[in-house]
Amino acid sequence: MDDQLAISVRGLRKAYGDTVAVAGVDLDVHRGEVFALLGPNGAGKTTTVEILEGYRQRDAGEVRVLGVDPAHPDPRHRSRVGIVLQGTGEFDELTVGEVVRHFAGFYPDADDPDKVIERVGLTGKARARTHTLSGGQKRRLDVALGIIGRPELLFLDEPTTGFDPEARREFWELIRDLAAAGTTIVLTTHYLDEAEALADRVGVIAAGRLVEVAPPDRLGNRQEALATVSWRTPDGTPGTAQSATPTALVVELATRFGGEVPGLTVTRPTLEDVYLTMIGRR
Amino acid sequence: MTTTTKPAAPATAAAPARRPGAGALALRQGRLEITQFLRSRESVVFTMGFPIIMIMIFAAIFRDEIAPGVGYTQYFITGMIATGLMTVSFQNLGIWIPIERDRGVLKRYRGTPMPKWVWFAGKVILVVAIGVAETALLLAVSVALFDLDLPDTAARWLTFGWVSVLGVTACTLCGIAISSLARTARSGSAVVTPVALVLQFISGVFFVFTNLPGWMQQVAALFPLKWMCQGLRAVFLPDSFGAHEPGGSFELGRVALVLALWCVIGLVLCLTTFRWTTRRDG
Repeated sequence: MDDQLAISVRGLRKAYGDTVAVAGVDLDVHRGEVFALLGPNGAGKTTTVEILEGYRQRDAGEVRVLGVDPAHPDPRHRSRVGIVLQGTGEFDELTVGEVVRHFAGFYPDADDPDKVIERVGLTGKARARTHTLSGGQKRRLDVALGIIGRPELLFLDEPTTGFDPEARREFWELIRDLAAAGTTIVLTTHYLDEAEALADRVGVIAAGRLVEVAPPDRLGNRQEALATVSWRTPDGTPGTAQSATPTALVVELATRFGGEVPGLTVTRPTLEDVYLTMIGRR
Repeated sequence: MTTTTKPAAPATAAAPARRPGAGALALRQGRLEITQFLRSRESVVFTMGFPIIMIMIFAAIFRDEIAPGVGYTQYFITGMIATGLMTVSFQNLGIWIPIERDRGVLKRYRGTPMPKWVWFAGKVILVVAIGVAETALLLAVSVALFDLDLPDTAARWLTFGWVSVLGVTACTLCGIAISSLARTARSGSAVVTPVALVLQFISGVFFVFTNLPGWMQQVAALFPLKWMCQGLRAVFLPDSFGAHEPGGSFELGRVALVLALWCVIGLVLCLTTFRWTTRRDG
């Protein structure tokens, strides 16, 4: 086992009855990396991640998480891994501070609860009962519980679902801070901009298979894809052309129009375009 | 702590000591459960108040004496204590655990290095604390308002103690076991309430047990509540009343045997059926 790998998966399979949720996934996540698992609902993201977290048993395949088989996690392994689940475990009647302090007690080398509460931006809410928190604040509390044990590896399952744009930006900053401190982060998301903003590498999962793994800007050979040049022809109809050399085409158009090209745009496929192609929706 | 001349342990060895020991972990968990319980006003009012309301109703209906110098209250207090103990253990756990399972509270605990038994210990501490408080309150009210005679010998208090401990243990284990039958948060009370209500009717809580039809007495004798009531009658009624029991005496040996048997059954069911996640979680 390569010590530089936080996660190593070979031939992972999982079926529920006749439904195959994960159909042979191979995956490596390096230590210190932010890895995003991207895919539509029902693609096998959560099943894959919950097998890695030790919540579900696999049918077949080799899985190592921090060098340990997660199907049989011992408390020592649990203390090295932080988990932020999709659903929020509610402790309605307790305050933020009480919950974080309580969970700190489970870990051999827990972080200072007050520091962690500050880090997730809940200092002002430390004495508030958790049922008074907004959705975004509850998610921050989830993260606080995920990182209170100073994990080497942090799982985040769709962490910003339901956030408003500002809350998401703030949340991203928190994830970047954690990554900068050396925590390996595996997050699932169906927001492309989130994967693009946070991840060193993105794995696209569709129908139980990992379709591609690449840095977000290189996914689907995006940087080498043909550019689309569009403009407005003199008779008002739109003109468009795919080109490997868009600059030359623009110069040619400029010559043809004798200066400004009306309605000129040059675009390359967005992450969304390549993603939708990969998962077979385009 | 003792003073010692041993050199300070190296930092690496000292770090795990920051986590509370096993006993302290269980106490923390118990304190958290009690805090949560006390802060949810409905559970406090209904759990603590139900037996008191019932004894008040009974005292108002049955003003006579069941025998010269022995009021009906003296008889029915035994059923109310047993019912109260069953409410805090069997019903409380059978209703609340599915809710916590559904909310993901249990799943979150499983993701931490907390040893599994600590969570169960927390529930037991909660049940014992509320059970003791509720029984004391019930006795205080009954002594103050209805001239209840408390047990007058150490032997009777001892019987009171072991019948309560065995009964609560059996009901706690059965409550944890039955919690796995509920598929969703809401179905917990639908599963538990009818079971509890039927047992209360056939076990001599609301009626004098020996006035019930014979077959009903036979059915009740299969379950713990009847034996808890019978054991408590040995505590609160004169010895001469033993002759009125179905077996011709209070049969304390059999009370101990049946309750202990239910502890074993409950424990086996807990160990084989307990689920930390909901069924849809796999």
